[in-house]
Amino acid sequence: MEAVSEARSKGGWRDTFEQRRFLAPLLISPAVLYIVLLVGAPLGLAVYLSLTDATAGSLSGDFVGFHNYTEVWHSENFRKAFRNTIFFTLVSQAIVLIGAAILAHHLIRPFRGRWFLRFLVVLPWAAPVALGTIGWLWIFEATLSVSNWTLVHLQTGVFDHLGLQVVDPIDPPQWLGRPNLAMASLIMVHAWRILPFATVIFIAGLASIPPEVDDAAKVDGATGIKKLWYVTLPLQLPIALVALLFGIVFTATDITVVYILTNGGPFNQTQMLPMWAFQVGIRASSLGEGAAISLYLLPILVVVSVTMLWFARRAEVT
Amino acid sequence: MSPRARQSLVSWLVVGPFAIILAFPFYWMLMTSLKTNGDLYDINHNPFVFNAALAAPNEDQPLRGQGWLPLGAENITTHNYSFLFTEPGIHYMDWIKNTLVVGGIVVLITLALSIPAGYALARLSGGWGQSAGVGIFLVYLVPPTLLFLPLSRVVAELGFQDRLVSLILVYPSFTVPFSTWLLMGFFKTIPPELEDAALVDGASRLKALARVVFPLSLPGILTVVIFSFSLCVNEFIYAVTFISTSDARTISTGVPLELIRGDVYFWQSLMAATLIPSIPLALLYNVFLDRFIAGFTGGAFR
Repeated sequence: MEAVSEARSKGGWRDTFEQRRFLAPLLISPAVLYIVLLVGAPLGLAVYLSLTDATAGSLSGDFVGFHNYTEVWHSENFRKAFRNTIFFTLVSQAIVLIGAAILAHHLIRPFRGRWFLRFLVVLPWAAPVALGTIGWLWIFEATLSVSNWTLVHLQTGVFDHLGLQVVDPIDPPQWLGRPNLAMASLIMVHAWRILPFATVIFIAGLASIPPEVDDAAKVDGATGIKKLWYVTLPLQLPIALVALLFGIVFTATDITVVYILTNGGPFNQTQMLPMWAFQVGIRASSLGEGAAISLYLLPILVVVSVTMLWFARRAEVT
Repeated sequence: MSPRARQSLVSWLVVGPFAIILAFPFYWMLMTSLKTNGDLYDINHNPFVFNAALAAPNEDQPLRGQGWLPLGAENITTHNYSFLFTEPGIHYMDWIKNTLVVGGIVVLITLALSIPAGYALARLSGGWGQSAGVGIFLVYLVPPTLLFLPLSRVVAELGFQDRLVSLILVYPSFTVPFSTWLLMGFFKTIPPELEDAALVDGASRLKALARVVFPLSLPGILTVVIFSFSLCVNEFIYAVTFISTSDARTISTGVPLELIRGDVYFWQSLMAATLIPSIPLALLYNVFLDRFIAGFTGGAFR
C-alpha cells in the first residue's frame, strides 16, 4: 500500500488526474451527457409539447395547459387503448411468468440435448421482433396458411366424428379480423416474444443460488414443495421481479407487434397507448395530443419500477 | 430406466412442446419461402409439404426430378430468395447495408462511451456510484414510445429526416445505458488486485485499464457488441418515424413496410426476407447468451 502512495506522490498534474474523485466523473460524464441530451431533453420536450397545441411542422405551439390531457382522456379510442394496454400487459405477463418458471426449472439442469432445446426456446428473442411478427402475420392468414388449414382438417377429420363444432370449415376464424381473436393473437405473439427473455433471466436467478444453500436445505430436511416455498422462491424473488419489471415495461410500451399485426384494428378495437400516440402524433400530425397520450404511460411505468425495485431490495436484504 | 435417463425424458416432454411452439414460426418461414406460387395459392394443397404445381418460367427449381427427397422437396424453388436481390425496386440489399452501417457505427459510439463509464462505476466511485449505476439502469427502462414524438421534431429541425445519421445519433440513447450496465457487471468480476499489482509496478490507471483489465474483459466487451448490435437491428419505432424513403430503410422497417404493399403480399419472398437476417443473429445470440446472463446479473446482484 505504501508503494502505491509513493508511486502516486511523484509528478504534478498527472497525479491529480489519477485520483478517484477526478478520474471517476471524467470517465462517467461522456455517457451521462449523451443520455441527458438524448433521453432527458426529449422527455422534457415531450412534457412541453403535451402542454401546447403543436402540430407537425413546428417545434412550438400555444400553451394550452392540461387541455390535451383532458381532451384525450374523454376520447373513446383513448379509453379503449388504455384498457387494452393494461389487459394486454397483465395477461401476456401472466403467461410469460408461468411458462418461464416451468422452462427455467428444466433448462437449469444438464441433460442430453439441452443446448439444442435452449436454442429453439431462445429463437423468438434472438431474431428481430418485427421480422418474427411477420412470421405470425402469415401464420394467422385466414385462407392459405397453416393455422386454419390445420383447424379445418381437424374439424372434418376428428371433431366431426366426436360431434364437436370447433371451427366452421366454410368460414374459418379471421384471426386478425375479429376484435376478440385479434386481441388474443396479440397477447399470444407478445408472450411468445417475451417468454424466452424471462426464461433466460429466471435461469440466471436459479444459477446464482449457491450450492451450499441446497446442502443446508437437505440437512434441515427441506425437500420438494417445502424447499421450493421456503428456500428456492425467496432466493429467486429479486431476479424474478426484475424479469417481471422488464416484461411489463417492454409489453406496455411495445408498438412493433401491434403495428405489424393489427395496426390497432379492426376499428380501433385492439388499439394500445403507444400505437394510438403514433396514430395521433405522427399520422394525424397532432404532436401535442400525441405526446399527452404517450405521457399517460409515464406514471404507470414509474410506479411499477419503484415498487418492483423496492420489493427486490427488501427481498435481497431479508 | 436409470433415474438420469428418466429425468432427461421428463425434461424433453416438458420443454419439447414449448420449443416447438416457440420455434415454429421460423420453421414455417423456411417452408413458405421455398414454395412456388402454384403450390402456395392452391387451397387444396397440404401446406406441410411441397406440392407439385405448374411453376412460372422464372421460378427456378434446382431439385426437379429428385423424387426420392422427403416432403416433396423436389418441388421447391429458390426464386423467392433471388427475387429479393435482383428485382428492380426492391431495396433489400440496401436495407441490409443500412442496418450494418447503423449497427456498426452505433456499436463504436456505444463502446467509446460505456467502457469508461462501466469501469468507473464498477471500481472508482464510492457510495454515489451505486446510485448512479441504478440510475443508468433505470434510463434503459425509459421507452422509445415516450421519446419518438419529440425526437421526430428535433430530427426534422436538424434536417436529418430520411438520413441514417438520425438513427446513428439516437440509437446510443438505449444502447449506452444497457451496455454500461452490462460492462459494470463484467468489470466487477475481474479481481481489483490485478490492477493494484499493475499500479504498484508504476503503471497509470489508464495504462492498467488498457493492459490488464481490457484484455481480461474482452469476452464481456464482445458480448456487449453483439447485444447492442442486435438492439439496433430490432429497433422499429424510431426507424418508422425518422425514415420514409424506401432505400434508406433498415431491415426491421424495410421488410414490413416495403414488401407488404396494401393488400398485395408476396408471402414467400416476405418469409425469405425475415429468415435471412434472423438465422445469423440467432446463432450469435446463443453463443454469447451465457456471458450476457453473467453480466446482467453480475451488475445487479452482487
